[in-house]
Amino acid sequence: MASYTINVNGQQRQVDADPDTPLLWVLRDHLDLVGTKFGCGIAQCGACTVHLNGTAVRSCSLPVSNIGESQITTIEGLSEKGDHPVQTAWLEHDVAQCGYCQAGQIMSAASLLSQNPTPSDKDIEGAMNGNICRCGTYLRIRAAIKTASEKLS
Amino acid sequence: MTLIKTKYNRRSFLKVSSAAGGGLVIGFNWLVSCQPSTEEMANVPKEWFDINAFIKINNTGTVTIMSPNPEIGQNVKTAMPMIVAEELGVDWKNVVVEQAPLNTEKFTRQLAGGSQSIRQGWESLRMAGATARRMLLEAAAQEWKVPVGELTTEGGKISHAKSKKSISYGEIATRAANIEVPEEIELKDPKDFTIIGKATKNVDGPKIVSGQPLFGLDFKREGMLIAMIVHPPAFGMKIKDFDAAKVKSMPGIRDVFKVQTAPAEKEWSDTNAFPELIAVVGETTWQVMKAKKALTVNWEQETPVENSQDHNLALEQALAKGAEEPDRKDGNPEEAFRDAAKVIEKTYSAPFLPHNTMEPMNFFAHVTAEKAELIGPIQTPENLRKSAADLLGLPEDKVTVDMTRMGGGFGRRLYGNFGLEAAAISKKLNAPIKLIYTREDDMTQGTYRPAYKMTYRAALDKNNELVGFHVKGAGINEGPVFPDRFPAGTVDHYLAENITVESNVSTGAWRAPRSNFVAGAEQSFLDEVAEAAGKDPIEFRLALFEKVINNPVGDPAGKENDYDPERYAGVLKLVKEKSGWGQELPGVHRGVSAYYCHNSYVAQVVDVVMESGKPKVQKVWCAVDCGIVVNPEGAHNQIEGGIVDGIGHAMYGALTFTNGAPDQRNFDKYHLIRNNEAPIEVESFFVENGVDPTGLGEPALPPIVGALANALYKATGNRLYNQPFVQKDIVMG
Repeated sequence: MASYTINVNGQQRQVDADPDTPLLWVLRDHLDLVGTKFGCGIAQCGACTVHLNGTAVRSCSLPVSNIGESQITTIEGLSEKGDHPVQTAWLEHDVAQCGYCQAGQIMSAASLLSQNPTPSDKDIEGAMNGNICRCGTYLRIRAAIKTASEKLS
Repeated sequence: MTLIKTKYNRRSFLKVSSAAGGGLVIGFNWLVSCQPSTEEMANVPKEWFDINAFIKINNTGTVTIMSPNPEIGQNVKTAMPMIVAEELGVDWKNVVVEQAPLNTEKFTRQLAGGSQSIRQGWESLRMAGATARRMLLEAAAQEWKVPVGELTTEGGKISHAKSKKSISYGEIATRAANIEVPEEIELKDPKDFTIIGKATKNVDGPKIVSGQPLFGLDFKREGMLIAMIVHPPAFGMKIKDFDAAKVKSMPGIRDVFKVQTAPAEKEWSDTNAFPELIAVVGETTWQVMKAKKALTVNWEQETPVENSQDHNLALEQALAKGAEEPDRKDGNPEEAFRDAAKVIEKTYSAPFLPHNTMEPMNFFAHVTAEKAELIGPIQTPENLRKSAADLLGLPEDKVTVDMTRMGGGFGRRLYGNFGLEAAAISKKLNAPIKLIYTREDDMTQGTYRPAYKMTYRAALDKNNELVGFHVKGAGINEGPVFPDRFPAGTVDHYLAENITVESNVSTGAWRAPRSNFVAGAEQSFLDEVAEAAGKDPIEFRLALFEKVINNPVGDPAGKENDYDPERYAGVLKLVKEKSGWGQELPGVHRGVSAYYCHNSYVAQVVDVVMESGKPKVQKVWCAVDCGIVVNPEGAHNQIEGGIVDGIGHAMYGALTFTNGAPDQRNFDKYHLIRNNEAPIEVESFFVENGVDPTGLGEPALPPIVGALANALYKATGNRLYNQPFVQKDIVMG
């Protein structure tokens, strides 16, 4: 067990955890931020996607000891009122079915658009292929990303 | 207007009083512990009035409507309250939706399965709304001393035109409490619907996109421990012994023990290959995961361990042997095949499939000597309560089950073994616990879609008319054949045989059970038969429907046939028209299918194009007859999802076995469809016939397998008989 101070959603948070504890479980178990989901534990499904210094990463495979000074943003911190252009586009397109994977999808989409505000269809596929949705909402995800892109540009 | 018996009596209703509605009104303690936002709490009104089990109206006009059924992503939490709100006559914007707890005294069929929630809830939901509206009207009529017939309602307000009086539902709600429940009420004419039929967003949408706690895995309780299970690595194995001592001393670990989770009396929903497990319990998830990995267990064989080759061979042998008795026989099929000008015979197969809900199985339990509290994602809460009471030795009324939103169901959460496991673990520790499966636990635990194999034979006469049809199917633990479904009834000489092959691999319902295999096989076969007969595949099917409409085979007069041929033909004609079937588009390869299941009719046309030598699904055209569409937004979403899910599993899905152990344990080896593999476009159309609504959670999935196979045949020249279609030689673009 060791003590870490990490920056999550703009706040310095102190956690006592084993060094190999994945960020996912630090968020969910230690910081009560359960919007970030557990899906596979091996960085294959994208349900646990958060931003590390603005870039999408899989938090299930990122040990807390590797975070250091990096800024973590979770779905809860993407916007104050749930109104980031990607979130409002998701509502506009009524993307969610079961909704479980959508936090991860939104974090991947937000990361894509912050680096590439006007992505092509291929760019979208490339950025979103790491996020699985068993309900099959991929068409709405693509459409919502296009809408968010328009809002941003 | 339709006049309908309410089937209510005064005892059906909650006692109505003007008392503040119990604590924080929400009524379910777990919601409080899920930490609703402060903004939401601030909006909770001071006074609420229960009108009946579905509806609460507050003094400011906000109406809370309970959604009785489990929400697994099929969007009933939006659609069911829409039906109540329609008959109640309130503005949707003033409606707050809550998930009802399991309460078999107030609600019927609180179950998510078989795409039946809307179909079976339709009448009771409408009655709940209409009854409450009527009581509010009568209260206003008494207040104003005017005939109730002179009153009208709109947007949660009651008006009396003559006296120009008006009053809101909220203002009259307390007085409505004293009104006798009407024995007969009027329902709206569907043409007057203003909420039903209007595209309505998912009521949980804002919470989903902002990461609020909604799911079972998100549930927390003060002092709660985390539990995980270790189950045998292979079907046919059981626990011999294990070394708990080493693991118990690991940081945060509270206990490691063997646990029995089978109730004495098993319900159908208690299917479970591994009732005896090892539980590892500790303070945090990661600590428990590490301890679980470190645990050394010796296993022993209890029953034979099976390989995929064994399953395949057993299914082949079952087909070779045939059924002892046919499930249906019309005319003289032997003679028809003997005298046929052409006989087409093909065999189709599909592998086991895990459900792979994105939220792995989990459940919260707090069991004490007196009572048990169970909270989590479950499609069959009533069954779980019964089995948990049995397992724990408690009376059923001392066990409560509350439903969280589910991160997918697809049939897996019909089988509540994980709820029983949580209960047994909590009982042993006398502490609140949350059980969590890893993905590997989830994928290797069982209750799979069975592996199937099916042989079809068709006899054509010299005029290329279909004169004989023979379907013979075998499946692991469940044969796939629906003997009375299409094309039964269209062919004079017909034979259906269904065979079950026993296995110790546990199987269960998987989105559109049996149909998820049958539709692909049958619709591919009919395509091949139409081709052999030199006919257009749609015209070939329409001619069969025409025949069964005019002259059905079966006794008496087609009543055996489990489908409505006019509605079946209707969707096929609609998709033909919308897709512009028959026109040749350069580079576009088309396949068609039509299928009926879960009381709804679906026809699809798939357009495949070749991109750099790889097939790509460009567009799917989908025509649906599910009667009245309650929420078109949700309906279109279900159709798109069913199509994507169906394409994904047909192309890539397979769970195989070596010595009883699943070869795929996580998403590195198990291929679920990804964003770039989904169709570019899906366009769906509904038949408007005003018929009472039927389900949509499943029906769009099965036919896509056939339409896809038929389009891929056009694109590549190869017929596809064995799922998954992507073996070594086909790669999708």
